[in-house]
Amino acid sequence: MRTPAFLVICLIVAAAVFATAVGVGNDYVFFAGYVVLQYVVLSTAWNILGGYCGYVNFGTAAFFALGAYSTVAIYKLIAVSELPHVVPIPVLMLIGGVVSGIVGFGMGYLTLRLRGAFFSIATLALAVVLETLVVNWDYVGGSRGAYVIRPEELPLIGNYIRYLFLMMLLLAVAAITIARLIEHSRLGYGFATIRDDELAAEASGVPTLRLKLIATTISGTLMGMAGAPFPYYIGFLQPDSTFALDYAVNSIAMPLIGGTTSWAGPLIGTLLLGTLQQIITVTISSAVNLLLVGCLLVLFVIVAPNGIVGLVHTYLQRKPEDFVGRRRVGADAAGSLS
Amino acid sequence: MTDANTELLQVDNLGKRFGGFVALENISLAVTAGERLGLIGPNGSGKSTLVNCICGTLRNEEGSVHFDGRKLDGLRAHQRTHLGLARSFQLPRPFVSLSLIDNIRIPRLYTVAARGHSHAASDVEERCAALLREVGLETKARQRPRDLTQVEMRKLELARAMASEPKLLMADEAMAGLTPSEVEDILALLVRLNEQGVTIILIEHIMRAVMSFSRRLVVLVSGRKIADGAPNEVMRDPEVERAYLGQ
Repeated sequence: MRTPAFLVICLIVAAAVFATAVGVGNDYVFFAGYVVLQYVVLSTAWNILGGYCGYVNFGTAAFFALGAYSTVAIYKLIAVSELPHVVPIPVLMLIGGVVSGIVGFGMGYLTLRLRGAFFSIATLALAVVLETLVVNWDYVGGSRGAYVIRPEELPLIGNYIRYLFLMMLLLAVAAITIARLIEHSRLGYGFATIRDDELAAEASGVPTLRLKLIATTISGTLMGMAGAPFPYYIGFLQPDSTFALDYAVNSIAMPLIGGTTSWAGPLIGTLLLGTLQQIITVTISSAVNLLLVGCLLVLFVIVAPNGIVGLVHTYLQRKPEDFVGRRRVGADAAGSLS
Repeated sequence: MTDANTELLQVDNLGKRFGGFVALENISLAVTAGERLGLIGPNGSGKSTLVNCICGTLRNEEGSVHFDGRKLDGLRAHQRTHLGLARSFQLPRPFVSLSLIDNIRIPRLYTVAARGHSHAASDVEERCAALLREVGLETKARQRPRDLTQVEMRKLELARAMASEPKLLMADEAMAGLTPSEVEDILALLVRLNEQGVTIILIEHIMRAVMSFSRRLVVLVSGRKIADGAPNEVMRDPEVERAYLGQ
């Protein structure tokens, strides 16, 4: 399928999702759905580096928070100026994306000579360093946190949460389209060789360092874009919760459960795990969330190391090329986690 | 293609150390375009290290390497591949998650296309299929490397090296562990390639194969070059005999 056709289908599905959510008539659906969509973007972004290239990034929270704190900084900046007080979310997403894209590139440049667990530890360290910086940066609230006041209503769309939901929905469509585009391009082939064998990739003419930098930059940008609207969603942004380990754990668990080598994996994993988490938060308690992630992860590493896509792929072995799982699903990524 | 009788590869006083261990010392070597060179030596004599230094997988501390009139020092491995250097690995290193045809596709996409040749999708597909046919793997084009036997894996390794359309191919023990008839297969393939104008350096332990293939023989012992010349003369060299058969 050509990319434009795929994009159109995605948009139709997105429109249906939005219409259904409006149809339910309860704004809580938008609050819960926003979180799930946010994780669709985060896990898809994580998968571009972690699934396609095999570099496990534990620093999702860092990139997410960069996007969120870019928004806070801009909010503070315009609060004292004469400018209109509401910056459109897409603009904030772009700014957050650029900031975390640049940090992604820088982190890649500094750490991509490390492999396996060493790279992962470096990304974890990045989150700690950035959190320390933010805690000590008074302008964006420091350790006290920062309030961001959400506009009540918007013309046409209604409640502001609907607007946030819609923006995140569009970002999710964009992220999935980008991931799929990469997968079927020369870049995707290059990423797969990096995952398999970097020495052989170099010998075959693949500029591995450049490709890895492209992956960290795209991945970081998308994560930052997902974080940019977050202050408006949450209303009160605090370093503790913005840099929470949950983001890293979830954005790794979701692709692993779904399957790491195709765009469909993170999507399926997120819809399953993310929705389950939202339901559990309401019905049982939000603390059970991570327990659920842990149990599912253990289960999948044992029962289906190639994720749901891998399972379906095995089942449909007759026509493997037609299904999304073009490559062997990244047992490597699963291996370095277990 | 470079004219005959010009030096395609020029290695000058190359030295490589691993900590205190001297792996290569003062190696000088010139390879003419179109040549069939055999590189032999006992285990651990530095043959693969030399290949790695020439290809950029390892950095040499001393000396320099020129290829096709260009200085290679400081270039990364993929840049050297772009210039027309190709190597097969001693232990096959296929891309395990890609099908055989995609394994071959990688160097075509990243090397041949990068040299500015046209690469229409159908053209690439056709060339990849032709290469697989050449090594007798066309029926397994859609399979994964894990389904291959050791021999097929080595053929894939060679085909992938050939896919970048190199000027110089270094085959690092492409025949280890193969039966005599399989050795013949690979030799015939290499000769055919050479007749198409590709310069070949064959690193090999199987003396029968080396002697029948090489027009010139270079012997490495303990990281030093001890002989360089016509195969028969080299094999009569007392120093070479000593290295291989003991005193």
